[in-house]
Amino acid sequence: MSSTSQKAVVYVRLKEGVLDPQGLTIQKALSQMGYKEFTSVRTGRFFELDISANGTNIDDRINEVCAKLLANPVIESYRVEKIK
Amino acid sequence: MKVGVVTFPGSNGDYDSYAAVKHVMHELVEFLWHKSADLAGSDVVILPGGFSYGDYLRAGAIARFSPIMESVIRFAKSGGLVIGFCNGFQILTECGLLPGALMRNTGLRFSGQFVHVRVENTNTPFTNSYKSNETIKIPIAHGEGNYYNFNGDVKKIEDGGLVVFRYCDANGKITKESNPNGSVNNIAGIVNQEGNVMGMMPHPERAVEKILGSDDGLKVFESVRAALSTRSRRATAGTI
Repeated sequence: MSSTSQKAVVYVRLKEGVLDPQGLTIQKALSQMGYKEFTSVRTGRFFELDISANGTNIDDRINEVCAKLLANPVIESYRVEKIK
Repeated sequence: MKVGVVTFPGSNGDYDSYAAVKHVMHELVEFLWHKSADLAGSDVVILPGGFSYGDYLRAGAIARFSPIMESVIRFAKSGGLVIGFCNGFQILTECGLLPGALMRNTGLRFSGQFVHVRVENTNTPFTNSYKSNETIKIPIAHGEGNYYNFNGDVKKIEDGGLVVFRYCDANGKITKESNPNGSVNNIAGIVNQEGNVMGMMPHPERAVEKILGSDDGLKVFESVRAALSTRSRRATAGTI
C-alpha cells in the first residue's frame, strides 16, 4: 500500500532445453579467445519498468504484461524483481 | 475472390502478395492498414513478410497487438482464411492462432535463397492444387525461421497432419542439409487444427512467374481460389 512510485525489473530468458544459438556462438567465441573455462553461455534480456504510485494490483499487472508481451511463454521464462 | 493484404510499419512483402493476386491471379486485392480494424470484406487475409515494427522485442510480438490483428483474430476464429508468409507466420504464432514459435536460425545467419519444400498435406484450402508429396522450389528470406515447439506439441502437429510444407532436397528427401534454419522436423509451414489458418516461412508470393526464378508458389493462391469457390457453392446449396 505504499504511495511512492516503484520500479520492477523483468528478466526474460529462453527456457531450459531450448537451444540458444546466440549463447552458443558467444561461448564459442570466448573459447577461441582462450576463455575455455566458460563452458556454456545463455543469453536473455531485461526490462526496467517504472510504475506510477497510484497503480493497484501491481504484481498481477506485471505478470500480465510479462505473459502477454515481454516474454513468449512458448519458449521463454521470466523473473520479476521489484525494487522499493 | 477478394484478398486483403495487411500493411504493418516495416512490412516489405505486402506489394509482392498484392502483385501476385492482382497481376498474376487477376483477382481483387486491397491493402489493409494496421491501424484500421476493417477487413474490407476480404475472403482471405494475408499477413505479409517483412519486419513489422522493426521486429522489436521478438519478430511479430508487437504487430499482434495492432488494431487490425484484433479483427484478423476474430475473422480466423469464425472460420475465415488467414495466411502468414514469413513475418506473417511469426505474427500468427505470437498471437496464438498457430502453435509453436519461430526462433533465431541455428546458424545465426539471415538466409535468403531458393529452397525446396515438400508439400506434406494437400487437404487444406492453401495446398489443394498441389500434388501429394510434390517438391516445389520457392525462396526464403529470414533470420528467425527456426520453428520450435515442445516435443509433445510437435507430435500433436505431426499426428494431426498439420505440417503442410517441409524443407527437403531437390529430390524431395527430408535431410539435415536441406534444413536452412534448424526447424524441428524440417517444418517450413503448418496449419491450425481447424485448417483455416496457415503460416509458412518460405515466400510462395515471390515465386508466381517463371521470370522470378520459379512459379511454384502460384498454386497456393490457386488453392485458395478453389477452396473459396467450393465454400461459396456449398453456402449457396445451404450445406455449410
